[in-house]
Amino acid sequence: MNELLKLLKNNAKESPENLAKLLGKTVEEVNAQIEVYENQGVIQGYQTVINEDKLEDGPVTAAIEVRLTAEREGGFNRISDRISRFPEVRSAFLMSGGYDLLLFVSGKTLNEVASFVSEKLSTIHGVVGTATHFMLKTYKRNDVLMHIPDENERPQISP
Amino acid sequence: MKTNAPKSLHSRIASHVRDIPRSGIRDFFDIVSSRDDVISLGVGEPDFVTPWHIREAAIKALEQGVTSYTSNLGLLSLRKEISGYVNKITGTEYCPETEILIAVGVSEAMDLAIRALIEPGDEVLYHEPCYVSYNPVITFAHGVPVAVETTKENDFKLTREALEKKVSKKTKLLMLNFPTNPTGATLSRDEVKDIAEFAIEHDLIVLTDEIYGELSYDETHTSILSVPGMRERTIYLHGFSKAWAMTGFRMGFACAPPELTEAMMKIHQYTMLCAPILSQKAALEALRNPEEDIAEMRESYAVRRNYMHNAFAEMGIDCFLPGGAFYMFPDIGKFGLSSYDFAMKLLEEEDVAVVPGTAFGECGEGSIRCCYATALDDIKEAMIRIERFISKL
Repeated sequence: MNELLKLLKNNAKESPENLAKLLGKTVEEVNAQIEVYENQGVIQGYQTVINEDKLEDGPVTAAIEVRLTAEREGGFNRISDRISRFPEVRSAFLMSGGYDLLLFVSGKTLNEVASFVSEKLSTIHGVVGTATHFMLKTYKRNDVLMHIPDENERPQISP
Repeated sequence: MKTNAPKSLHSRIASHVRDIPRSGIRDFFDIVSSRDDVISLGVGEPDFVTPWHIREAAIKALEQGVTSYTSNLGLLSLRKEISGYVNKITGTEYCPETEILIAVGVSEAMDLAIRALIEPGDEVLYHEPCYVSYNPVITFAHGVPVAVETTKENDFKLTREALEKKVSKKTKLLMLNFPTNPTGATLSRDEVKDIAEFAIEHDLIVLTDEIYGELSYDETHTSILSVPGMRERTIYLHGFSKAWAMTGFRMGFACAPPELTEAMMKIHQYTMLCAPILSQKAALEALRNPEEDIAEMRESYAVRRNYMHNAFAEMGIDCFLPGGAFYMFPDIGKFGLSSYDFAMKLLEEEDVAVVPGTAFGECGEGSIRCCYATALDDIKEAMIRIERFISKL
């Protein structure tokens, strides 16, 4: 991955001035490159990594394995695209192996997620079966470790 | 029964140990440790933890009950891997059975080499500013440390000209450390060749500490081993601490012709026996796919190096762009404070810890060492504080 993308992936709030210093480029060059990435769709957005376990009203999330019937034209694309449009679906991936689509679905309560599966997802023509796994605790999200206390005793001065 | 008044304990300490001053780094360490919320640019190690697959190999070895001594020279399997790796990075072949010794860090390997070679009165050339242990380790072996000063005007490079001024009939050994802790200085292929020619002409043994070799940013590191005629007079020291972020494993090694390896082994077997087996197992795993681990960390240091260098330039502090290691050695002479006073005042007023240049030799006066193997957010904040600090001087 390009060094600029790595830095932004790590910290989307990094200022163009700092990025320029880090990369040994001018602010104009950095802004121009970011614009290119945005226009190409390489950069799709800038989000915050939230530890939802720490929120009192944090969502309930499930990983759902979905088996599909492929369509004569376009294979899984049309139906996967349709499923991805539900606001409850936070991420969706076409998978190799025992099932076809892996979804991460969130709702306010366990019931809300369950209703989504039974009333919306399962009823779609082409969905052959689902297996729902509720997530209990987040250890790591988007490369960031959650819940891990820092017990490092690295000395502050060393030779 | 009549007893004599006991002599003080201090007076019983061997004079060559007693006379070595307390390390400037330790003094500073004590002061920094007593304060909260310090941003430290004062460390001499990576801020990464050891890559997971290496830690995992150590865990697995422990689970399997791998807890014994090893051969004095170290695990043969590890020596074989080291032989292959050293050949790859220096183009020099070493026999795993007779020419490689695994030690507890490069520090131990260096002590072994010096003790194996130096007799009282032998002179040892080394370049300053340098790693804190070079001078004392020579003194412990009853050798005579002869510092060759390097200067900021010359990007802290060691030159043949400077060496010629200090060499004498008593000189036995030349110690090198490029890339250099604390300056980040590097040498080009031609500059390395010049020094090799000097060593050959004066028939010196060269002890080269290339622990930062992989952490070279602008040019590929040239080992002095790669110069024809050097293999037979060189002890090559390397280890896993810096490039693999394995400082706490204490894994170093020495490669040298069989006579020298055997001599170092004599001391090692009676004083250390062998390096810890779990660390050796971890090192074995580290050599399985080294490029990937190292490249990622090197890229990360490179961008932080750029940031710190640009930040110093913006605040008007002179600092050459170091080609290797992960230190910057900016010139703070114009502020009218000694390195020690600058570092102390910076700590007191802005809670930023740096190491005074004088900890690395007298000619470090006028500079401070700043480590950029530090979290980027900490570097950013430290630079803001340093700028605020100097604006009040």
